Amino acid sequence: MTQAPLLRRITDYANRADPYPLYEELRRTPVLQEEEGGPYAVSSYYDILGLLHDPRISSDAAHLTAPDDDELSEPEATGLPPSFLRLDPPEHDRLRRIANRSFGPPHRPHRIDSLRGELARIVTGLIDGFGDARQIDVVDQFAHPFPVTVICRLLGVPREDEPRFRGWVDLIVAALDPETRQSGDPQFLRTAQEARMQLGMYLAELVEQRAREPRDDMLSDLVADHGPDGAMSTMEVLSTAVLLLIAGHETTVNLIANGMLTLLRHPEFLHRLREDPALSVRIVEELLRYEPPVQLLPQRTCVADIELRGITIPKGSRIWLVLAAGNRDPERFRDPDRFDPDREDLGHLGFGSGIHICFGAPLARLEAQLALTELVRRLDNPRLVEDPPPYRQNAVLRGPRHLRIAVDAVRPSEAVRF
Amino acid sequence: MPDEEYHEWLRREGRIVIVGASLAGLRAAEALRAGGFAGSLTLIGDEPHEPYDRPPLSKAVLLGKASPEHTELPRLRRTDATWRLGVAATGLDMTAKRVRLADGEEVPYDRLLIATGVRARPWPKEDEAQLDGVFVLRTRDDAVRLHRRLAASPRRVFVIGAGFTGSEIASACRARGLAVTVAERADGPLVGALGGVIGAVAADLHRDNGVDLRTGVTVTGLEGDATGRVRAAHLSDGSVVDTDVVVVSLGAIRNTDWLKGSGLGAGPRGIACDAGCRAFDFRGIVTDDVFVAGDVARCPHPLFGYQFLSLEHWGNAVAQAEVAAHNMISAGADRRPHLWMPAFWSSQFGVNIKSVGVPAMGEEIMITQGSLAERRFVGVYGHQGRVIAAVSFDNSRWLDFYQQQIERGAPFPVEYRTVDRRPEGRAPMPAGFPDPSLPTHGPTVTLSGYSPADRQLVFTPARH
Repeated sequence: MTQAPLLRRITDYANRADPYPLYEELRRTPVLQEEEGGPYAVSSYYDILGLLHDPRISSDAAHLTAPDDDELSEPEATGLPPSFLRLDPPEHDRLRRIANRSFGPPHRPHRIDSLRGELARIVTGLIDGFGDARQIDVVDQFAHPFPVTVICRLLGVPREDEPRFRGWVDLIVAALDPETRQSGDPQFLRTAQEARMQLGMYLAELVEQRAREPRDDMLSDLVADHGPDGAMSTMEVLSTAVLLLIAGHETTVNLIANGMLTLLRHPEFLHRLREDPALSVRIVEELLRYEPPVQLLPQRTCVADIELRGITIPKGSRIWLVLAAGNRDPERFRDPDRFDPDREDLGHLGFGSGIHICFGAPLARLEAQLALTELVRRLDNPRLVEDPPPYRQNAVLRGPRHLRIAVDAVRPSEAVRF
Repeated sequence: MPDEEYHEWLRREGRIVIVGASLAGLRAAEALRAGGFAGSLTLIGDEPHEPYDRPPLSKAVLLGKASPEHTELPRLRRTDATWRLGVAATGLDMTAKRVRLADGEEVPYDRLLIATGVRARPWPKEDEAQLDGVFVLRTRDDAVRLHRRLAASPRRVFVIGAGFTGSEIASACRARGLAVTVAERADGPLVGALGGVIGAVAADLHRDNGVDLRTGVTVTGLEGDATGRVRAAHLSDGSVVDTDVVVVSLGAIRNTDWLKGSGLGAGPRGIACDAGCRAFDFRGIVTDDVFVAGDVARCPHPLFGYQFLSLEHWGNAVAQAEVAAHNMISAGADRRPHLWMPAFWSSQFGVNIKSVGVPAMGEEIMITQGSLAERRFVGVYGHQGRVIAAVSFDNSRWLDFYQQQIERGAPFPVEYRTVDRRPEGRAPMPAGFPDPSLPTHGPTVTLSGYSPADRQLVFTPARH
């Protein structure tokens, strides 16, 4: 009996709920090319970390010698120029520098921190919305609406436009899922394409408005930037805004949903978090190792031959950096399959590293810390209705499609601590 | 007593004395406790302050963004130590195993760690150095004094020496809107540490930020007025610069004077020790109860031809303190070598400068990423056909890669393609270090001497 190639088994939906035994198998061949012309999968922690800092690795799709057609590639149907996620220096650096001037230190050191109260209010509102229900879908009712609301506030989308905005984003994100793409319902894909255009037009208009009358939000900063790199063009602002939307959305949904799932599977930490909100910092870091929202980076190529563990990866090859496998590498982590926020060797590849290290990491951390802390504080006796929960199709951005839990009660919100 | 047994006793009830209560001393004390040392621990420091962090003193503190009183080093664990602060060590009796203090007291030890670091090299003409308005910058007290004077809006600040500290001071002054003149003996700033190619970039950086940079000159004298305040600096090209603040930034002197006559192999270049941080005596024989860590240590590094390196680097102090602490309470077979990869960073004129390896060993440099003209690049240094160091301007995220290249003895020149390789980066050029026989100041690394190879160490040889 022959078994399907390992990489195909990893992307096979049947293994979505628990790919970790497959990653363990993968690490036995730390540099693996299974099929002629296929990607080289790299799965050990230190190799991945090394390649994330290796200037022979490109993120620019233009360097692919083979067409970008496997099931893990994102559709590039935005009609916009590539965002900095898919660019190399120097263009990458320029755009990311400008974006960062509107987002973090040294120019906007308080951008994230000043959102703290706002985030807490959004979380409280969503949990209040559970009402008297005894069963809750943490994904649909909480994790999904949360990040898009946050991004609206961050970019500066007016409150009254939020429902429209979220409608478009929901359609676009749904269309990104391989499940939807494979089923290929033409009607739905047209609707999603339509949503994309409307979102683009809406953002373009908002950008123009902010250029005329700047406010204290990211879009205003992006178009008004007077730094040494100048401002972004309108198209570049749009690419960047769409990148923040797409990259910041499903990853955060998954981080929160994976987090709640993991806490319910390890109730001692759920109880400890309820008593000690400060533990949320360690819990979220360990989650990023144990159940990373981005399982692998499938879109890098090498622009020169790279020798790794005696294997030469030829120039032009596609490389998969399997972050989730590196995160459980016993060479780096003691007892790697144990969820242990107390571990001394806390660390992870969950946000990547090097020049493409997650742009939104400080925001994602804060969102997940607040979300999990408040969920466990306010849900009385939460328990999983089904384990494992149903997963999304996506093998790269892996997370539950639904996370149905039963509760005895939803406690009223007290004074917000944050 | 057999080795193993002695160390067991030492860990349980031995006496360890650490001279030097700054970064290396503190981290060593913490590492000793973490490693299970339960005996008595004494830290001796000549400054009255608890251990504090120095890098902010020439950056955020001068800008007024951080208070010099609030740069205490975070404590990583309890040290349960006796602290003798504000009392300098004045002598060492290696036979009697005692440290003499300035107040006449003697402190006995079973194991001694010397982490006395360096001090700022003062202006050599003593009467001129005494003038009001002449400063050095090394300690917290120095920073308090200098910051107070900068806050009083002097008409001009004159910086002698464009090494890292001098450049950072000039940068802070410009950020405060103060007029600054910098005088440097070499052809550009940072030349001693990074060579002439990078020095030229640094010179542009200074000038574009409004610094009056004078290169290829020395300062022949400082002139005071009738009240004893400095008022001008005289340069070797005959020019005179009116100024009311002078910062002398001529590098550092190692604090080894107190060891004169002790029989330890200590001198102006520091205290020689083996890779396990054990000090040599003046005959070149290694001691087994005196250890060294931090800026004051000179230690052979296998990756760099076993040359004795003195590294005035923050990260080196931490790493070496940990190795020294471990070896002080471990028997022979459990000891570890100090194999830290030299690395340092600087922040000046809004640019983040970082380096790994030993640039000063480089004969050639090539710009493998980015561009000198844009002042965003990675430069790789080559020494005898292999990569020996790298420097980045606003590009530090790539340096882990080059560190691995150094560790693996990767070939130089760098032939392979990289992202953002420009035409200017295709060929190596001379790195432009000054003739080492000429006196210079401010290199962060001094190279001298050779030691026999430690046969216990195995390194992956270069593949070419």
